[in-house]
Amino acid sequence: MSGSTIVSIRSLKRSFGDVRAVDGIDLDITEGEFLTLLGPSGSGKTTVLRMIAGFEKPDSGTITLAGKDVSQLPPYERDVNTVFQDYALFPHMDVLANIEYGLRVKGFAKQECRSRALTALKQIRLEGYENRKPAQLSGGQRQRVALARALVNQPAVLLLDEPLGALDLKLREQMQIELKALQREVGITFVFVTHDQEEALSMSDRIAVFNHGKIEQIGTPREIYENPKSEFVSEFVGQTNRIEYDGKKINIRPEFVTISRASSTGGRSVQGTLRDAIFVGASTRYLFDTSIGFPMISTQSNNQLKVGDVVTLSWQEEKEFLVQQ
Amino acid sequence: MTISRNARLILAALLGVGLAFIYVPLTVVVINSFNSSRTFSWPPSELTTKWWAKAIENTGVREALKWSILAGLSATAIALLLGTALAFAVSRYDFFGREVISLLVVLPISLPGVVTGIALNNAFTKQLGMSTGLLTVVIGHATFCIVVVYNNAVARLRRMGTSLQEASMDLGANGITTFRLITLPNMASALFAGGLLAFGLSFDEIVVTTFTAGPGIQTLPIWIYNNLFRPNQAPIVNVVAATLVFLSIVPIYLSQRLSSDSSTGGRF
Repeated sequence: MSGSTIVSIRSLKRSFGDVRAVDGIDLDITEGEFLTLLGPSGSGKTTVLRMIAGFEKPDSGTITLAGKDVSQLPPYERDVNTVFQDYALFPHMDVLANIEYGLRVKGFAKQECRSRALTALKQIRLEGYENRKPAQLSGGQRQRVALARALVNQPAVLLLDEPLGALDLKLREQMQIELKALQREVGITFVFVTHDQEEALSMSDRIAVFNHGKIEQIGTPREIYENPKSEFVSEFVGQTNRIEYDGKKINIRPEFVTISRASSTGGRSVQGTLRDAIFVGASTRYLFDTSIGFPMISTQSNNQLKVGDVVTLSWQEEKEFLVQQ
Repeated sequence: MTISRNARLILAALLGVGLAFIYVPLTVVVINSFNSSRTFSWPPSELTTKWWAKAIENTGVREALKWSILAGLSATAIALLLGTALAFAVSRYDFFGREVISLLVVLPISLPGVVTGIALNNAFTKQLGMSTGLLTVVIGHATFCIVVVYNNAVARLRRMGTSLQEASMDLGANGITTFRLITLPNMASALFAGGLLAFGLSFDEIVVTTFTAGPGIQTLPIWIYNNLFRPNQAPIVNVVAATLVFLSIVPIYLSQRLSSDSSTGGRF
């Protein structure tokens, strides 16, 4: 990863009553990267985002943006913009006025506001929608307007708070691709909050996995998936077979467990009896009871197995990973 | 819900009786304002608009109308300012005693007017040494006008949530700009509805007015009360009463429409 650090967070803490929402976080965000804050609800990821935006003040710790400590500044004095989960489009303004708003309140000339807003509108392919009210748009269109309203200000960092959560699956997948392409095009740093691990894996340059107000692991999607550092990360990102083999605790992802009808060929293998098969479209998740006493899952392309079939499950040793307990 | 035919008939009859109970006397007042007979013989043998002409020429009525409108507008203005400010304080900030204040604001509308009236009269004339007049009427009316504005504003603020304000600040607007460009426009219809209701309440108020007006000021309701038992004024009283009915219906109708509009229009 090249580029300089644009946001630097040190020992950040924030509590709500007795709940430590953010419990001491250090994080460096690189200029131009797509960073995802991934975690279950209540893990503190959204609170971190809201503190970068300035909606929440930290109890302690600092947030530095482009070399300047912004921890105590109000939102309107920070060079970041946010795409809200509920979009928060201004209902009494039309699409164009919504997009122009940031430039307008910053005192740009009318002509420049207009032309920059129209360019942004083009970027999100909503030309002709200038005079619609938000209520007259579909969910996906609102989403794009919210994106344009933020990006037109050319912020140093764009913050996205679960922006795809309200969309249906098909639209969400399409928006994931569009968002990623848009990010490459504009080159702005994206900080993206989600609880959806697939979304995180497919879009991010790096992922920070949150749990109980702390970052459990930070790394590229591949590092996070193939080499999870903790049990929590391995469970939250993808599925894991957690078994004891030869007296050792090991973890192996379901897609690395192969099924064969031949008897054991040595190496890493166990005998399994098919308990259930869950068809998930392109592949099937096969659930086995095994000879070593641990249930195991194998995800494979669709196979002609029947419940009760006895097979050999095997995997390569180098695909195993160890985690901290 | 399905109800039997008999039950439905009984409910319809009860509804009819209830509505008749309220609206038949009002209708009689309106019809009598056109009744040519000075003693209101019933049914009217002839209809006339001469009482309306007389009422319009009557200086007492004109004076009373002027005071009523002046008091209503002033009380509404105060209610809009204070009611909105209170609504913001209570719904946007968390402070000690917030619930108590919310209750204290709403309480005056359920206090008996007599009690409010006597208390205000005492405070104005005895403790503060003020003489009663328009100002005291306006303050008296404002105590309950604030409630309706406050209730409307609180409801709207709750439905608006905080994300619009956050979005505005995020885009570079400070608190004042945000209030002017985002919060106020989104509250306007609720405040307008509250203001109309407040004016309506003030316009036909008589109890608190009696205790705070003093001899110099007659609002329309007080004028009616004072002239009710003077036989030669009776036809004009009917006209004024009919006018009051119409003038009260309009704000209530408008504010109901505004409130229902916004409940579907302000979804985000």
